[in-house]
Parts: sequence; C-alpha cells; structure tokens
Amino acid sequence: MLALASPALLVILLLIVLPVGWLAWQSIYHDGFTLENYRRIFSEAIYWRSFSLTFQISLLVTVLALLLGYPIAYAASVVPKGWSVLILALVILPFWTSVLVRAYAWLALLQRTGVVNQFLQYLGIIDEPLALVHNTFGTVVATVHILLPFMVLPLYATMQKIPHDLMQAGASLGGSPSHNFWRIFLPLSLPGVLAGTTLVFVLCLGFYITPELLGGGRTVMVSLLVSRNVELYDQWGAASAVGVVLLVSVLVIFLIVGRFIPLDRILGQK
Amino acid sequence: MKTFSLPRIVFVVFCALVLLYLILPVLIIVPMSFSSTRFLTFPPPSLSLRWYEEYIGNAAWMQATRVTFAVAALTVLIATPLGVAAAYAISNSKMRLMRIVHMMLMLPLVVPIIITAVGIFFVYAKVGLVATMSGLVLANVMLGLPYVITSVVAGLQSFDPAQEMVARSLGMNRLRSFFAVTLPQIKASVLTGAIFAFISAMDETVVGLFISGGQYQPLTKRMFTALRDEIDPTIAAISTLMTAASFLLVLIASTRQKKSG
Repeated sequence: MLALASPALLVILLLIVLPVGWLAWQSIYHDGFTLENYRRIFSEAIYWRSFSLTFQISLLVTVLALLLGYPIAYAASVVPKGWSVLILALVILPFWTSVLVRAYAWLALLQRTGVVNQFLQYLGIIDEPLALVHNTFGTVVATVHILLPFMVLPLYATMQKIPHDLMQAGASLGGSPSHNFWRIFLPLSLPGVLAGTTLVFVLCLGFYITPELLGGGRTVMVSLLVSRNVELYDQWGAASAVGVVLLVSVLVIFLIVGRFIPLDRILGQK
Repeated sequence: MKTFSLPRIVFVVFCALVLLYLILPVLIIVPMSFSSTRFLTFPPPSLSLRWYEEYIGNAAWMQATRVTFAVAALTVLIATPLGVAAAYAISNSKMRLMRIVHMMLMLPLVVPIIITAVGIFFVYAKVGLVATMSGLVLANVMLGLPYVITSVVAGLQSFDPAQEMVARSLGMNRLRSFFAVTLPQIKASVLTGAIFAFISAMDETVVGLFISGGQYQPLTKRMFTALRDEIDPTIAAISTLMTAASFLLVLIASTRQKKSG
C-alpha cells in the first residue's frame, strides 16, 4: 500500500519538504552556522513592525470575518432548504473565483475614481474622493472578502448538525428565543467558530496578493517582507529566517487548536 | 419565520448586505469588461467588445493563456493518477505510518504559500528549473494533490471494499478489480478532484510569480505584473473569462456529484 502512495509522496517530498527544509537550512547557514538572521528579526524595528502589523491585521480580519460570517452561517442553517442553497451558492461562488481577480475587483471598486467614490460623490456625502485603497483599509476590506467563505463553511458545517429539537425543547421549557440562542445554539456552534477563526487567522498570516496589490507599499505584511528580501535585496538568508518564523507560528497555532478539534476538520474546508 | 419583529428585519437586512458584499465584487468585473472607456465608470457609458479584442489580439496575453491551459491540463493528467493511487492506499491501509503519510500529503494546504513559493524558487534556482514549463507543472502538481486526495478519500469512504474482495475472490487481480469494480463507483469524486486541481492550477499566482519567466509565464503572473503598474480594463475581460471558466467547471463537478449520490 505504501508503494501506491509513494509517487505522490515523492512529489510532496521534493517540492515542499525539501524546499522548506532548504529554506530553514539557509536561515542558519551561510559560510558557517549563524543566528545573525534571527538576531535581526528580533532586534531590527522593520521586522518587528511587520510581524506585529501582520498579527494585528490577521486578528482584525478574523474578528470581522466572524462578525459577518456567523449570522450568514446561522441564517443558512435555519432557513428552508431552497434559501439555504441560495445563501451557500453566494458564499461558494466567490470562493471559486481567483484571488487575483477579486483583488483586481476591489482595486477597481475602491480607487479614487472607483465605483464607491463615484457613488458617494454622486450622493453628495463626500466632496473629495476618499483614500480607500493603497493602504491598510483596502487590504483589510479585500482580505475579509476573500477569507469570509473559509469562516462561513466550517461554521455552517457545525450549525447544520445542531438538532432543531433542542431549540424547541428550550422554547417549550419557557426559554425566550434569545435565551435559547445564547444558552443552547451558541455553545454548540463553538467548534465551528474555532475551526473557522483558526483557518482565517492562519491564512491571513501568510497572505500575499492583497497586501501587495492593495496595500500601496505601506502595509508590509510578513509575506511581503519575505518576497522583498528575495526579489529586491537578494537577502535569501533574511527571507528564509522570516519565513521560518512565520511557518513556526502557523504550526504552533495548528498544534494548539489540534488539541481541541481534529485538524482535518479545519483543513477539509480548503 | 412567523413574526416580522424589528430584530428579525435587522438580521435579514444585515445578512443581505453581507451577501451583497460577497458577490458584488465578483459580478462587477463583467460590466467593466464590456465598457467602451478606459476609465472605470459605472454604469459603463456604452458597451463594446474593445477589451476582449485587445486581449485576443495581444500576442503576449495569448501566449500566457496557452501556458496557463497547458500547465493546468498537464497538472490534472499527473496529479489525478498520483492522487487516486495515494487516496486508495490511505483508505485501504490500517498502518499507523499511513496516517503520517496522509498528513504529509496535506502539507501544501498547511504551509503558507509564500514560504512554499520562495522555497521552490531556491531549489529551482539550484537545479535550473526556474522559468521552465516542467518546473511550473511540477509545482502545480504538488499544490493540486491535496484536492484530488481529499475528494477521492471521501469518495472511497462511501464505497464498500467488500465488493472489490468479491471481484478478487472471483479471480481478478487487484489492479483489474480496481478498474472494473472500484473506479466506476468513485468516478464522480475522481472527476471532482481533477476539476479542483485544474482550477487550482489555473488560479495559482504566488508560486508562478517566483518561478516562472520568459515565454513560460502563466496568465496570472502577467495579470499581477499589469496590476502593479496600472489598471488596464483588458484584465477585466480576462478576469471575466477566467471566472466563467471556474464557475462552469464547479457546476460540472457539482452536478456529477449529485448524479452519483
């Protein structure tokens, strides 16, 4: 049986295990062992700022995705079948649109002469176009949009399994709808919340396309730090070290969350 | 759903707005692509096929399109058999080792894409695979494998392995019994996996940015480079076509899935 899996395993070993291993090696070896690259990450402000910015943006994106995604998943799990199919279709369609295409759409929507600014000016709400893109705001708006399906789908998967009888039982015992929601539905949906928030947070940590295209050079998230060290400065060691720290952060998060819910339940959504 | 209380109305309006936020950016590129002006105005002043003509008439865009389709097709041809074989092994083995193998095969979903991209770039730079077709295909096979494996493992879960045992007890060897008995029953999940691997290869951007170059640049790399400079409505036309292709493929996958139950 192992022989059957070996061609696939070989591809994985050569194209991801070896490259990431090489990256890790390069971060500590340059004409001899050195921790210089890591010392820089922990001492130079530009690295620190980038890591802290990345964690802040990821946290903000995760919270926003939960606030927007939870009601949608809840609605999809309680409405009649036809409606829930429609809601899920509206969630899944953007999911299968290229991330690049969606970043482009946001660029077109949010730029100075874009649809949003034109609309607001037409309504007379603003006189001058607002700076909605090429900054952190644009990055967050587009990133939440791209990652929202990763929140809604695990949430829906969990909520769909919560028996309706439980809510009815709560009601028959005199609980108000809001009481039943907070005391019965919400606690039972928590595994979905954990799966969705983990997935969104981790994906956001390594996001590259939206901060690069919509961040306007100011939103230097960790992924941009990696690519610039490779492309502009030819600093492979520094890029590798930043990459290793990012990867370790992601793995630690998965390990911690994996103690509470099985990992394939999180990754199954991707 | 009986009363129209204020909280319920607020809830429905909120959900409608969030769904609008989800779908609007995907739809907005369609009217943009048919606009006759370079600057984005909405609604477009008049309709034209100008940007589609620009796309089709441009040799660089056409070359990139050929690369994208060749890469996606080759990726499916390689990743599907490898993924099916691995999924079969995972489903039929009780070895502890196989769980580790399964986890390793899911690695492309766990490692942030930027790290994968840079790592592959380092390795390719050493072995001379940067800016080659084979390099691009290999990377996409790796990225597509988890989709094939996940889909086929799920398909095999609802398949009764006893049927294959029967075929073998009647004298078929393992390979023949797989093709004659098992494969026809999991073909919907194989097709779904293959389609997702195709879409993944077609949409892949970050790895391509680092490892592709010269005449072997996929569409997404050219689009990305064009987007960094200016907003060219030609990209709206290409985006519309790419999105239409994805939706069509997902539609095929989901109707097939339903047919087989």
